[in-house]
Amino acid sequence: MCLGIPGRIVAVTDEHRMMALAEVSGVRREVNVACILDGAIEDLLGEWALIHVGFAMARIDPDEAAKTLQALQDLGEAQEAAEAMAEGAKALEGQG
Amino acid sequence: MKYATEFRDPKAAKAVLARIAELADEIGATRAKPVHIMEICGGHTHAIFRYGLDKLVHDGIEFIHGPGCPVCVLPMSRVDECVEIALRPGVIFTTFGDAMRVPGTKMSLMQAKAAGADIRMVYSPLDALELARRNPDRQVVFFGLGFETTTPSTALSIQQAAREGLENFSVFCNHITVPEPIRALLDDPHMVLDGFVGPGHVSMVIGTHPYDFIARDYGKPIVVAGFEPLDLLQSVLMVLIQIRDGRAEVENQYARVVPEHGNPVSLAAIADVYEKRPSFEWRGLGEIDHSGLRIRAKYRAYDAEETFGIGYAAGPRFVAEPEGCACGQVMTGRIKPTACTQFGSGCTPEMPLGALMVSSEGACAAYWQYGGARATEATE
Repeated sequence: MCLGIPGRIVAVTDEHRMMALAEVSGVRREVNVACILDGAIEDLLGEWALIHVGFAMARIDPDEAAKTLQALQDLGEAQEAAEAMAEGAKALEGQG
Repeated sequence: MKYATEFRDPKAAKAVLARIAELADEIGATRAKPVHIMEICGGHTHAIFRYGLDKLVHDGIEFIHGPGCPVCVLPMSRVDECVEIALRPGVIFTTFGDAMRVPGTKMSLMQAKAAGADIRMVYSPLDALELARRNPDRQVVFFGLGFETTTPSTALSIQQAAREGLENFSVFCNHITVPEPIRALLDDPHMVLDGFVGPGHVSMVIGTHPYDFIARDYGKPIVVAGFEPLDLLQSVLMVLIQIRDGRAEVENQYARVVPEHGNPVSLAAIADVYEKRPSFEWRGLGEIDHSGLRIRAKYRAYDAEETFGIGYAAGPRFVAEPEGCACGQVMTGRIKPTACTQFGSGCTPEMPLGALMVSSEGACAAYWQYGGARATEATE
């Protein structure tokens, strides 16, 4: 029920009713964009939004997405470094 | 898929899992004495099982499945009322597919459809609106259910119907809210909860502040999470870091979608169309004050309870759950699905006894779908 899928707004279909075409995983469907509208409806073209039951519910913030991914990547690199150090320590002790 | 596959990277997952394991060891979490983390949302429950996260995390982390499946938490009487409306002459009853197979006292919506009721599965309440436009001589009723994620969509649909002057569209409103049942669970002395993974898509509507009481009044950490495996793992890690540091705060892992103060358009639509009911009945939790929404008097023409004189509009009613059904206990995290004596015998997806086996977000459906498959693989 709470399923939401990232989709991209690709065309305006009905400005008056705040409807636009969203492309979600290759499928196009008309969605209501009232919740993400804060200016001209054309400004939404190319924007990524979270689509839920026919409504674009939230814009996806690319900077925040990048920050989250960066934090995860840093964690990955730190982990690799820690593993390499552990391997090195084992080698020094003659266990590697 | 953009904004999805990046959050499924196995290498990053391995690193987060390793950090989770280190922290779990540091705070002394073991299989015998685990840290209990409740994922509130049924969508999270399914993601945990789909990606096998429950098996991948350190033994000392136990996921407790929360009440965040909106189909599952409805008492059987509400399903009966859906069937009652659907069987009325001239009605087209529209619903999300999730609710079709949930058992009522006599029948499910699926069975009512087979018996001749005009029931249509829709993707969106906008589809129900369109059906109303195309069928002016029929009454089109939409089964409005769901937490705050879904509430704006029915509110906006009712506003649209009012703008167009549609007279043959109404909503059977079963919208419910997340904070109140969480408070009820936290007040239950039998529940042992050390922290929460918060519902990402509810929060994109209401923001993060409605959970402040969890940290402030109950001293429990909560991290609002996205739905990809890395989102969930990172959120578990953030909960563990808070526990290690002795902090209890509301944190937001899903900042790419969840703004601190929610979505103003959605919140305004909800406030315009809905008001809190004095109380609402939940499966397994009973009546909870101010936990459900009803349609305001100014939109009365769109309220199916009023139009058809059923539900709360018809006065108090109580329907007992089926004999042996433990949905209520599973739904509130008191027991795991496999501890229900009916799981897999008296209750299967083909012949369900309770809602949790057939809703797409039900915990029993997750165990059946993913747990069963893995158990089979393990024995091969």
